[in-house]
Amino acid sequence: MLKIRDLSTAVIGPLSLTVAPGQCVAISGPSGAGKSLLLRAIADLDPWQGEIFLDETPAHAMNAADWRRQVQLLPAEPQWWASTVAGHFPPETDVDPTLLGFGLEVWQWPVQRLSSGEKQRLALLRALARRPRVLLLDEPTANLDDASARRVEALVADYRGQHQAMVVWVSHAGAQRVRVADSYYEMDAGQLRQEAE
Amino acid sequence: MSELILLSPLDLGIASALILLLALLSWRMRLGLGNDLMISGARTVVQLLLVGLILTAVFEQQRLVWVVLISVVMLLVAGREAMARQERRFAGWWGFGVGTLSMFVSSFTMTLFALLAVIGPEPWYTPQYAIPLLGMVLGNTMTGIALALDRLTQNAWDQRAIIEQRLMLGESAGEAVRDIRRHSMRNGMIPSINAMAVAGIVSLPGMMTGQVLAGSPPMEAVKYQILGMFLITAGTGFGTLAAVWLGARRLFDDRQRLRLDRTRLRSE
Repeated sequence: MLKIRDLSTAVIGPLSLTVAPGQCVAISGPSGAGKSLLLRAIADLDPWQGEIFLDETPAHAMNAADWRRQVQLLPAEPQWWASTVAGHFPPETDVDPTLLGFGLEVWQWPVQRLSSGEKQRLALLRALARRPRVLLLDEPTANLDDASARRVEALVADYRGQHQAMVVWVSHAGAQRVRVADSYYEMDAGQLRQEAE
Repeated sequence: MSELILLSPLDLGIASALILLLALLSWRMRLGLGNDLMISGARTVVQLLLVGLILTAVFEQQRLVWVVLISVVMLLVAGREAMARQERRFAGWWGFGVGTLSMFVSSFTMTLFALLAVIGPEPWYTPQYAIPLLGMVLGNTMTGIALALDRLTQNAWDQRAIIEQRLMLGESAGEAVRDIRRHSMRNGMIPSINAMAVAGIVSLPGMMTGQVLAGSPPMEAVKYQILGMFLITAGTGFGTLAAVWLGARRLFDDRQRLRLDRTRLRSE
């Protein structure tokens, strides 16, 4: 269970949100509403006030690096720094790149050759390789064609089902949030409002 | 041994004509260096004359309290200078504190070590030894620390997206900034390592040149220069290590968040 109580930063909140194990919550709203800042605060990348619990453990009781490994933020523009794709994954990873349409040779690809869509898809694999309890997805299909977007949606749904993981999915596309999420929120001017199913 | 040739004010006046000539050329060519040249040249004269007066007095007195006082002033000025050389620096007292504290720890330790364990003058704080040694170590440490901290904060700013990405993947602050820390260390240390490598071949180091000009036998000057080189490199190395360690910690808060809001551009 991811439980957020009266979370606020310099720009957003105070707001509350609860995500049950295996649940996916979609958040949409105009740009500048604070969606990305909300995800950054939950991942503890920006200073915030309030309370965040993961399975009853408060964020502050956990080492910050452990917290971020378990509460993975997938940013809208993922960064790559090592020379090959494999350099960004744990040595004994068991994620399967073929699920997102890559061949096994993808591990040796130089990162400067990756398109923005490839970067986005591989970043999802990279996050899943850390076995997070919570996935915070910031428009993870923004640079993808329909077929690739569907594969990403399916992979997240599988992971969620298998590990009872919690997902917060920021998405502009109305049709997508109906496909991926169990409940919907609208964010505007730093405030969160639940919408009817 | 030949008698020490004393320089008259006229001799120095002739030498200053060279700087004047360079400044004139710079104004003619609109290089924008003329004013800086003149101001820095004037500062050299005034500052060194003042130091000469002070040192003359201190050397006569042989009092520990004067040596300490002069050392503190040297440290504070070096701290300010190291801060001024950084394009992006830590905000508030940290901007001054990180470099100054590191310089204090390394330069003073090195100088004390040389005085107590190597040279052994009587008393140990004999200003003829203590002040030039400290000045030499401090000046080089200041350059190393300024270069390293400048690289650290600049790289952290340029690569902030990558640092945060590594944090998102569950790396600790130390892991996320490791490459940058290493590059910063290298940047600070390379000048003194290079200086050791070319010493005596490409350049006669300043301290040795001074001693030889003042009439010391070359072998004695060389021995002091070797000691000086080692002290400089060790002082720069330990000082840079401390500054980069402190600086890299200051870039993150207690929750290992990258806090570039703790830095300011020089112009801000």
